[in-house]
Amino acid sequence: MFRSNVLVCGGTGCTSSHSDKIMERMKEEIAAQGLDKEVNVVQTGCFGLCALGPIMIVYPEGAFYSRVTVDDVPEIVSEHLLKGRIVRRLLYQETVVDEQNTKSLNETKFYEKQMRLALRNCGVINPEVIDEYIALDGYQALGTILTEKIPPQQVIQTMLDSGLRGRGGAGFPTGRKWSMAAANQADQKYVCCNADEGDPGAFMDRSILEGDPHSVIEAMTIAGYAIGATQGYIYIRAEYPIAVKRLQIAIGQAREYGLLGKNIFDSGFDFDIEIRLGAGAFVCGEETALMTSIEGKRGEPHVRPPFPALKGLFEKPTVLNNVETYANIPQIMLKGAEWFRSIGTEKSPGTKVFALGGKINNTGLVEVPMGTTLREVVEDIGGGIPGGHKFKAAQTGGPSGGCIPASLIDTPIDYDSLIAIGSMMGSGGLIVMDETTCMVDIAKFFLEFTVDESCGKCTPCRVGTRRLLEILDKITSGNGTLEDIDRLEELCYYIKENSLCGLGQTAPNPVLSTLRYFRDEYIAHVTEHRCPAGACKALTNYVIDPEKCKGCTLCARNCPVGAITGTVKNPHVIDTSKCIKCGVCQSKCKFNAIEKK
Amino acid sequence: MQKRISTLPFHDTPEQHQKLLELIESLKGEKGAIMPALHGAQDIYGYLPIEVQKEIASGLNVSLEEVFGVSTFYSQFSLTPKGKYNISVCLGTACYVKGSQKVLDRLVAKLGIQPEECTADGMFSLTACRCVGACGLAPVMTINDDVYGRLVPEDVDTILEKYTA
Repeated sequence: MFRSNVLVCGGTGCTSSHSDKIMERMKEEIAAQGLDKEVNVVQTGCFGLCALGPIMIVYPEGAFYSRVTVDDVPEIVSEHLLKGRIVRRLLYQETVVDEQNTKSLNETKFYEKQMRLALRNCGVINPEVIDEYIALDGYQALGTILTEKIPPQQVIQTMLDSGLRGRGGAGFPTGRKWSMAAANQADQKYVCCNADEGDPGAFMDRSILEGDPHSVIEAMTIAGYAIGATQGYIYIRAEYPIAVKRLQIAIGQAREYGLLGKNIFDSGFDFDIEIRLGAGAFVCGEETALMTSIEGKRGEPHVRPPFPALKGLFEKPTVLNNVETYANIPQIMLKGAEWFRSIGTEKSPGTKVFALGGKINNTGLVEVPMGTTLREVVEDIGGGIPGGHKFKAAQTGGPSGGCIPASLIDTPIDYDSLIAIGSMMGSGGLIVMDETTCMVDIAKFFLEFTVDESCGKCTPCRVGTRRLLEILDKITSGNGTLEDIDRLEELCYYIKENSLCGLGQTAPNPVLSTLRYFRDEYIAHVTEHRCPAGACKALTNYVIDPEKCKGCTLCARNCPVGAITGTVKNPHVIDTSKCIKCGVCQSKCKFNAIEKK
Repeated sequence: MQKRISTLPFHDTPEQHQKLLELIESLKGEKGAIMPALHGAQDIYGYLPIEVQKEIASGLNVSLEEVFGVSTFYSQFSLTPKGKYNISVCLGTACYVKGSQKVLDRLVAKLGIQPEECTADGMFSLTACRCVGACGLAPVMTINDDVYGRLVPEDVDTILEKYTA
């Protein structure tokens, strides 16, 4: 037994700010102080509060240290671990009650409204040690099903009763997928896991795989038993090296323990899993494209029907679910469908994980019951907008989704409410924007993405998205007309109706939803040649206010193109023909004398 | 993004070639082997010269057209060599709304190359990537395995100096 446990976050976010080096140093220092028999250092998955990384929690006190550096380590060891005095300057301020007391993480605003089901083990266990997963009921659901010989039909019935809907974005009932695949007879069936999280700014699935890989392996095995498959594939982005490594370790350990492979739990049931790496193609998140890619080909989608439940991978019946969907399943099997339905809303039971990012204080990973309002997520959990700025909109669903304006901030987050307001749940990316974000520019940003990622197979998507981007380019450079806005809208509906797969059918959503809620911004760009947010370069000029300028020359010295002239102690002037609008002058000015107009 | 075949002459060492042959051997007969083969080959050579793709095609007994179709489809596969230091600027949504485009603009101006290009001395190559997953550090760029976060455009100058010194 150890008297103290030091948990260090080993997720990608914290690793990027050197949590791996902190952990190494921690172990060295603990050994040097002779504490290595008393203090245990554990590398865990993501805690969620990525904005405060690198993160470290010391138990039993539950001291939550944030933004730790390698140089802080000796102090934590000698003060806290050796002498029992918490290093207060490193504590997350929210957890500090007064000079003596701290409160637990679960009582902070960030965690208070959260409910962690899919993330229950992330930041709790060491994902590279299977025993830690087993200690928290891991593989118990699978064990019960196989040893008590629960019929596959009953497993599927539990899934149907639970009402679990696909967490990849579209929200198709998982149980229905399973029962369709189970009903189709074939010599071979497959279970696939979609870990090709392509939405830029979303990292829910990665965090689950990094923090709790066994939950996905267990759920896939249950799915295999339910539909009669013996082989599984996890299709994961090659950009996620830590997640790939932990999955490999987890699969190896599961095989060693007889939880994967031949004759699992002596039940006669065989199931194994292989990892397939993606190679950076957004369209491969679409189910038919993903399976074509696993087959080693160009990841192009094809027409449905036939649906994968009938003809999927290698032309065999296949079930494909998303990582987060799988992460919910072992708990549902253990606690029952009734329990799951008691969480969330009637039509969207359970929780949803969101990757909160953009203009928000608490960037990170959050999990809330379905039906929580956007306001609670942004203001309470997210801690509001930094720098005194105002909430303007939130973007959900990435390049396939839409914007939710400030007027709809009290919308409950569930599949149907979001569709009703022209957005979608999507996989869970939630990007917050303030008044300095231009909505036309954001629409253009997403279209650049879809133009790049359109696979080129069908014309409406390949050519249509390019035309959309050209019109948006014209508008943001100040050359648009009112007719362009109408043409833009018309083309959006055409692309939605005529594209082959989900990528093309949803690509116009960012344009349509910004047109719906922020049409005035589009109009300002074309009629007044003005960008209200001051974000579109071609429509913005930097101007020095002669009243406020003290003639300190700081801006002129920092301008990379020499566009600012003036003499000491006299107001300076920007030559707009030379200015490249980089904004350096504005960020350097100490008197707020430079404005965007 | 349009992919160009490298015009630079291809060199490989006997060790690299040996590794490639072993890789192909290990994948023979496996279903859907082209992608794992290309991933492995890119690990060995840093990019996918056409000579290597030909070797993979004949080794796996598929047509070069099929291999080339796959290598040009996925953005991770590079047909041109990377610089000694490969700079990747994240243009994922979270980084973009926090100003990563300005960081990229600054790099383009400083290095005199566009994304997907390499400087003439082979020192730096530049890529615009989609989400490295460190959204808490936005805006982010990576230089080989080093991650730089919470950037403002001016940081670029001092960071580049570390690599040119």
